[in-house]
Amino acid sequence: MRAHWGDTLQPRLVEHVELTLIAVSLGFLFAFGLALLSHRIRVIEQPIALAAALIYTIPSVAAFLVLLPVYGVSTTTIVIPLTGYSLVILYPNIVAGLRAAPQDVLEAARGMGLTSGQVLTRVELPLALPAIIGGLRIAVVSTVSIATIAALIGGKGLGGPIFLALQEPTPFRTEIYSAGGLVVALALACDLVLVGAKRSLIRWTR
Amino acid sequence: MIYDAANAHAFLEAFRFIGDHPGFLAHKALQQLELSGAAIGLGAAVALPIGIVLGHLHRGANIAIGASILGRALPIIVLIAFFLTVLGIGFINNMAALAVLATGPMLTNAYDGIDGVDRDVVEAARGMGMSRLQLLRRVELPLATPLLFTGIRVAAVTVVATAPIAAIAGGGGLGDIIVNQASYRLEGVLGASYCVMALSAGSWLLLLTLQKAMTPRALRSTMVPGTGDDRRELL
Repeated sequence: MRAHWGDTLQPRLVEHVELTLIAVSLGFLFAFGLALLSHRIRVIEQPIALAAALIYTIPSVAAFLVLLPVYGVSTTTIVIPLTGYSLVILYPNIVAGLRAAPQDVLEAARGMGLTSGQVLTRVELPLALPAIIGGLRIAVVSTVSIATIAALIGGKGLGGPIFLALQEPTPFRTEIYSAGGLVVALALACDLVLVGAKRSLIRWTR
Repeated sequence: MIYDAANAHAFLEAFRFIGDHPGFLAHKALQQLELSGAAIGLGAAVALPIGIVLGHLHRGANIAIGASILGRALPIIVLIAFFLTVLGIGFINNMAALAVLATGPMLTNAYDGIDGVDRDVVEAARGMGMSRLQLLRRVELPLATPLLFTGIRVAAVTVVATAPIAAIAGGGGLGDIIVNQASYRLEGVLGASYCVMALSAGSWLLLLTLQKAMTPRALRSTMVPGTGDDRRELL
């Protein structure tokens, strides 16, 4: 593993982290916007949830390949599906979180004279934090994992060495174990960071 | 195997490929469903009993959460590559790798379903003199049906959607076309990808309908379509 760290594993790991960060950040922005919108306009919630569930059924291999003729071998081809998956994971969680504020708390807040914008930022969003971070956990872990398949397009990320090793008549075990181990370790490390963030941000549940 | 060039026409030509080879594609799709079915069966045989027993005992919540996170953290290509080095190329390797993928959602949802049955209902059933087995069979399992099915549905769609990757290790199915650009060219690869998408969305819809039909009438309103294991992370 040490022999391959500098030339293969380290740059692939950096690419992997970059892809995950871009996809989850974009996915979060879209999901958050959609969730706020459907929090205001309740009727659009069910159709969006159904569409999200259907998008989630799109196999990742197919998603990457279908975009290949459109965007070519580029980061766009990889980032669009990854963003889509994290969006559909995050959306239901954010919506559920926004709905978590108890009715009497909301009424008390309104009774204190808070505007609906203030209710959102001071009551609903803080109470939604556990669900939002919970959603982020699943989204980040899934994206790290699916990004491995993204190596199909141009060989970026930690999936690259694995696909290359599998092409050989006798697969190189070291590359499979080291790159594969790094993916899993990266996913679990991200999860731990988010669990830590949740603990330090949400003190009232302790 | 790694795609490093593309032509824009392939997008439409892929439909012609589907039109030209319907029998071949159907044969490959069937092969893929066979592998998926075996993997889901194996996964269910392992995951459901564990989830149900742990839920019934209200123990091992950490195992259930762990299964859901770990199930997502293990990339299929890593699993396949790993089992390839242990079990060799072929059906068994792929079935095992896909079965690991299937256990996560099934175990988590089975645990959630049984563990989440209203304690008052359980107390009442005990008070009526039900044995543990009767309680499980006549109260907890029926009430947990929606979540049990959600777990199976999420696992099934995940497996069907992931199965094409198994072709790398001799799994057959539509993935055979996807990983063989040299023989089928990009339009073949894309045509097979369209079929994979249809297959996975189709199995999702079919299982959702089946789930609706099999859920006790009183519980139907509690069913939510969704990605399935988002619920438990809320706490």
